[in-house]
Amino acid sequence: MKYDIILCGVGGQGGISVSVVIAQAAMAEGLAVKQSEVHGMAQRGGEVLAHLRLSDGPIASPTIPEGTARLILAFEPLEALRYLPWLAQDASVIAAAAPVRNIPNYPELESVLAELRALPNSLILDADAIAKEAGNARAANMVLVGAASKLLPVRTESLEKAIAETFARKGEAVVAANLKAFEYGRKANP
Amino acid sequence: MGFETLMGDEAIALGALHAGLSAAFAYPGTPSTEIMEYFQENLGHNGGITAEWCANEKTAYESALGASYAGRRVMVSMKHVGLNVAADPFVNSALVKIKGGLVLVVADDPGMHSSQDEQDSRWYAEFARVPCFEPSDQQEAYDMTRKAFEVSEAYSCPVLVRITTRLAHSRAVVELGSQLPQNAVGKAPDRWGWTLMPHSARGLWKDLLGKYERLRAEAEAAANIEAGSAEFGVITTGLAREYYLENLPEMAEKPTWLHIGRYPMPYGKIRELCGRVKRVLVIEEGYPLVERYLRGILDQRIAIEGKETGAIPLTGELSPDNIRPALGLAARKGQACRDLALPKRPPQLCQGCPHADSFGFLKEALAEYPTHSVNSDIGCYTLGAMPPYDAIETVVEMGASVGMARGAAAAGLKPAVAVVGDSTFYHSGLTNLIDAVSHKTPMTLLVLDNETTGMTGAQPTILPGQRLKDIAVACGVDPAHVHIVNAHKKDHAQNVEIMKRELAYEGVSVVIAVRACLEAAKKARKA
Repeated sequence: MKYDIILCGVGGQGGISVSVVIAQAAMAEGLAVKQSEVHGMAQRGGEVLAHLRLSDGPIASPTIPEGTARLILAFEPLEALRYLPWLAQDASVIAAAAPVRNIPNYPELESVLAELRALPNSLILDADAIAKEAGNARAANMVLVGAASKLLPVRTESLEKAIAETFARKGEAVVAANLKAFEYGRKANP
Repeated sequence: MGFETLMGDEAIALGALHAGLSAAFAYPGTPSTEIMEYFQENLGHNGGITAEWCANEKTAYESALGASYAGRRVMVSMKHVGLNVAADPFVNSALVKIKGGLVLVVADDPGMHSSQDEQDSRWYAEFARVPCFEPSDQQEAYDMTRKAFEVSEAYSCPVLVRITTRLAHSRAVVELGSQLPQNAVGKAPDRWGWTLMPHSARGLWKDLLGKYERLRAEAEAAANIEAGSAEFGVITTGLAREYYLENLPEMAEKPTWLHIGRYPMPYGKIRELCGRVKRVLVIEEGYPLVERYLRGILDQRIAIEGKETGAIPLTGELSPDNIRPALGLAARKGQACRDLALPKRPPQLCQGCPHADSFGFLKEALAEYPTHSVNSDIGCYTLGAMPPYDAIETVVEMGASVGMARGAAAAGLKPAVAVVGDSTFYHSGLTNLIDAVSHKTPMTLLVLDNETTGMTGAQPTILPGQRLKDIAVACGVDPAHVHIVNAHKKDHAQNVEIMKRELAYEGVSVVIAVRACLEAAKKARKA
């Protein structure tokens, strides 16, 4: 089993926690993990991309080969489209709906969403609103993990445990809020 | 000793701690920064070590030399272009009789994710006759760092560990070894092994050339040939191995394969591989080093393919995809947009960044001059080259802004302004200011003092910004022409006036625009 995930967004959106949660859950289930991040200049509001590779055997390349990713998990809709060449023909995109318009030539939002809807398997989520509904507007990233959890090759309990561990440092209230956001995200992907 | 999930940078740092490290010195630079950050966050790991940011890579390297002279194991880390700054101590340190193991880690940035060039540090190692390790994954990063300390002490020479961005910033599980004790303090026994005067250096240079060939024999033993095709051979180095292995399962016939993880180059193994095949492909991250050695300038018996033949792109970083044509594999096809053209999203200054306000008053003050020279430097403010600011005209290397503005002024461009951050000024702008004062060059130095090294993630500046004024005055700048201003919109009009006055002044003037970096403030709140 190999499961490659592209995580993408705009520098400053804080997607690292998503990568950490999925990687920890996978490792707890005995899977091999390789994870590649972007640091430095791109973190200043530019395109940010992380590769997360899960496998039950050894993983060679730190980056995902084109045309083989099983999932694009995007914190921003335009960024989801940028990495389509990496996505396998029958694979899925889960994208947050809210645009980050920090460039003057950002396309019409509707044309971005139309491209996403035209893909074979895509889900566009108003992650911010769902997170708010779950009680913590800052937990939108865990809404996305929840929505992805039905596709990921790891058990829901493992993801929940990883969320609890990742946010433990920030106190029980933050853990509970993120678990709830995860739960709402799960429900949002029927 | 267990397992840990580590980034390449962290694997190197932990390998060093477990090898009995006593001291570490560095200047921040992507993608090497996380090595020192790991030391500073895990100081307790090894009974306390010295782990210090330095003014620049040269001073960091020189501190490391002193620690080695004192008998302790020491690591110095930097990005590839940092080694240009530290080239003097690096090249000369190859001659001295290293006492405590000295390991230099250089993180190259092929593809220039966060750099101004993509130079390959393996060439430096060859040039200086310093042995070099090139790990291919996190486990090797850990293991080779440990080995590098062993080699450094066994051969009394510095050792370079060369990594690239992808390894530095990717994570995997690493199996850890045992904790070695630190060396006791004990000075190098022979001062002539550390005093490079002509008569002593001549002997040490001969010693080094002898050492280098003994090290080559070790590299021969470490390089491994895997049997395969009698037609097609492949040589990989470092991280290239991972991209090759990613594609190997799809190849109908396995090539005969040699992997190189350490240098001096294993000439014997390379000859052996090339003797077994009719055509050889070299896959290496960075410049074509092994490939160029193989091809030389004379005709060869076998075909040699690689970056110089266009089989693999000569620029940028390797990927699992861009080596496929050279392996005879078709491109993989993913999905695509129907018709929307995607705009690029370049990096930019944070909302509310003080640099934006500094560019604002600088541009307005310059507006009345039809010609001017605005030389800038390396840091977040480099983004001032981009719209909507379009405020700076040159960015070359650390500290160049001050020297270039001085040269431009001397050549007749007027007014000449150097725009430099506080950390970059301390790194290597200061000596240029001394030149300017000495020659009474008419120029204005604009220091953007955000009290941090912003671009690399807000490491503390080596000295507080408050000292900048005193430093300028101590160098000889007239105190009447040194100003501290608040880099904020509300002070815009006043700042424009000060800047205008100093642009018109026929001497060295210094304007220090102060306001704390927003990222640094955010980081401080989180801590």
